[in-house]
Amino acid sequence: MSTDVILKAEGLTKRFGGGGFLAKAPVVQAVSDIALEVRRGETFAIVGESGCGKSTLARLLMRLLEPTAGQVTFDGQDISHVAGAGLTRLRRDMQFIFQDPFSSLNPRMTVGKLIGEPLEVHAPELTAHERRRKVAELLQQVGLPAEHANRYPHEFSGGQRQRIGIARALASGPKLIIGDEPVSALDVSVQAQVINLLGDLSRDLGLTLVIIAHDLGVIRHMSDRVAVMYLGRIVEMGTAAEVFDQPRHPYTQALLASIPAPRGAEEARPQLTGEMPSPSAPPSGCAFHTRCPHATPACSAAIPAPVRVSDSGHSVACHRWADIPAPEGQATPPARSEQAEARFALYRAALAGAEVQYAEP
Amino acid sequence: MLLFLSRRVLIALPTILLISVFVFALQKLLPGDPLLVLAGEERDPAVLELLREKYRLNDPLVVQYFTWVTNALTGDLGISLRTNQPVTELMLQKLPVTLQLAAMSMIFALVIGVPAGILSAYKKGTVTDYIANIVALSGLSIPNFWLGIMLILLVSVKWQLLPASGYVPLSEDFGQSIRTMLMPSFVLGTALAATMMRHTRSAMLGVLSADYVRTARAKGLTERRVVLKHAFRNALTPIVTLTALLFGELVAGAVLTEQIFTIPGFGKMVVDAVFNRDYAVVQGIVLVTAVGFIFMNLVADALYFILNPRLRGQ
Repeated sequence: MSTDVILKAEGLTKRFGGGGFLAKAPVVQAVSDIALEVRRGETFAIVGESGCGKSTLARLLMRLLEPTAGQVTFDGQDISHVAGAGLTRLRRDMQFIFQDPFSSLNPRMTVGKLIGEPLEVHAPELTAHERRRKVAELLQQVGLPAEHANRYPHEFSGGQRQRIGIARALASGPKLIIGDEPVSALDVSVQAQVINLLGDLSRDLGLTLVIIAHDLGVIRHMSDRVAVMYLGRIVEMGTAAEVFDQPRHPYTQALLASIPAPRGAEEARPQLTGEMPSPSAPPSGCAFHTRCPHATPACSAAIPAPVRVSDSGHSVACHRWADIPAPEGQATPPARSEQAEARFALYRAALAGAEVQYAEP
Repeated sequence: MLLFLSRRVLIALPTILLISVFVFALQKLLPGDPLLVLAGEERDPAVLELLREKYRLNDPLVVQYFTWVTNALTGDLGISLRTNQPVTELMLQKLPVTLQLAAMSMIFALVIGVPAGILSAYKKGTVTDYIANIVALSGLSIPNFWLGIMLILLVSVKWQLLPASGYVPLSEDFGQSIRTMLMPSFVLGTALAATMMRHTRSAMLGVLSADYVRTARAKGLTERRVVLKHAFRNALTPIVTLTALLFGELVAGAVLTEQIFTIPGFGKMVVDAVFNRDYAVVQGIVLVTAVGFIFMNLVADALYFILNPRLRGQ
């Protein structure tokens, strides 16, 4: 893996609301002061509970939203306010896979048209015949028969639709693909197929992937580096091994402990109590102090800055990280690796089944 | 497709039957005796009896109904009590007039209403949206007769651009025919454009926030293509329904507008027939417009079929 940065965010902030005709709508700060770097060729994951702002962050990185403050740099170019022809160019190099494979495909267009449309825009020099051939190629690349180009989206299953979505994203020949919960709408067995497909494609085509997800099993399996978000901020970031095996932030620890163990691991787990606070009225200081078992009065005073805790770039935004032990139960393999193993075994089984299924025409 | 349509036709048949019974019954329940109109000053019982015999009004109601229906099916809708012309012939004279007026009004409604609806949905909450709404609502709120009279005053009398009234058949002089119909169809069209605009707007609002529209944007398509190709095509269903229904209404006649521009269409014929107790004509018109309505709905169904690939597989 190179250290060549393809996508970079600095001080990225997005606020919603505040407008309104008669009464001011409450301001929601969905994403606050995010800094991250995605390296070329890696798979970067962003995790967090629902409502933590990860989808907003994804949309900011995709330039589907304009940031309130801060900037996003893609391939050395500031894209936070790009528009017009620049935006069209950006859409060629950076593509997206959406969460819902059912609603994100236009029901009135054939699959061939859906996949061919980006080609019409980004490769207008292709003839209709060449375009059809390219569409067939893309369909095969994602494991679908080329003849399916004449069918409509409603004739496919969820997993097949997500494959169509991936073929569509690949059509323009992007360098980076951002997936906003790309598998969370699918069955577990189908999730594995799609995850493995994404993994194969990123390896074969040298793609960079940014995956937004709330399923830690999925993340662990496929990502190189992970960022954990809480209430619009990144609280911990590092390699997948670091974040999963030596979580330093109490929130990450609680998040990992919340994965149900496959069988009776009854040891004490740090439990999260209470609800996530509203992003329109975030707690002062460290946003997590209202639910943190280690919080001190100082935690509500100042927002913690990310601190590097290892040479490889593992960073934690917590005032008390040095005082909090990396939990034993978390660090030792049994509890987690067993469940991970179970999950991976399931993936492998499903994949084997899938290969049989797709081998037939 | 054939199966789908034939099923729709089968559903339509009982509806038509019910309408025919209803139309027939309503006539019999109305106060007033057409024979008194027909017999004029002479109220001689012998003459009345003779007329009753002639028009077979002494038969039992059921027999009268079946006679009427069988005749109607062969294209014979009876004879106008007033002009002694066959009703079918009378209606065939008026039909092209009404169809032309309806078609031209519909074009106005679509050309104004649909783009305005798309624009106001796309620019929701902006000045453009408000202006489009105000214009559409004024189109709906201004009474047809007032707008008609104002147009005649300005366009015909003052500027002398278009003929104030009358009707020229299309086959006689195409240009002149269109010119005479321009104002009346504009008056009718603007009123319908408002309805059209509101429906287009709400359909577009629903579609514009759909995930596949976001996907289309993500592909890097131009906004124009996103809105027209991806969003608008999916918003077409309610627009098609509305067009079919409004067209049916237009064919049933625009009484006031036809009166103002002295257009010899269905609307004028109905009013005349009702006042003269010309039952055969009223029955004929009601039956034909009802069947026309049902036909337009069938056309709409067929269009859904073409527009929506999800229906085709069934």
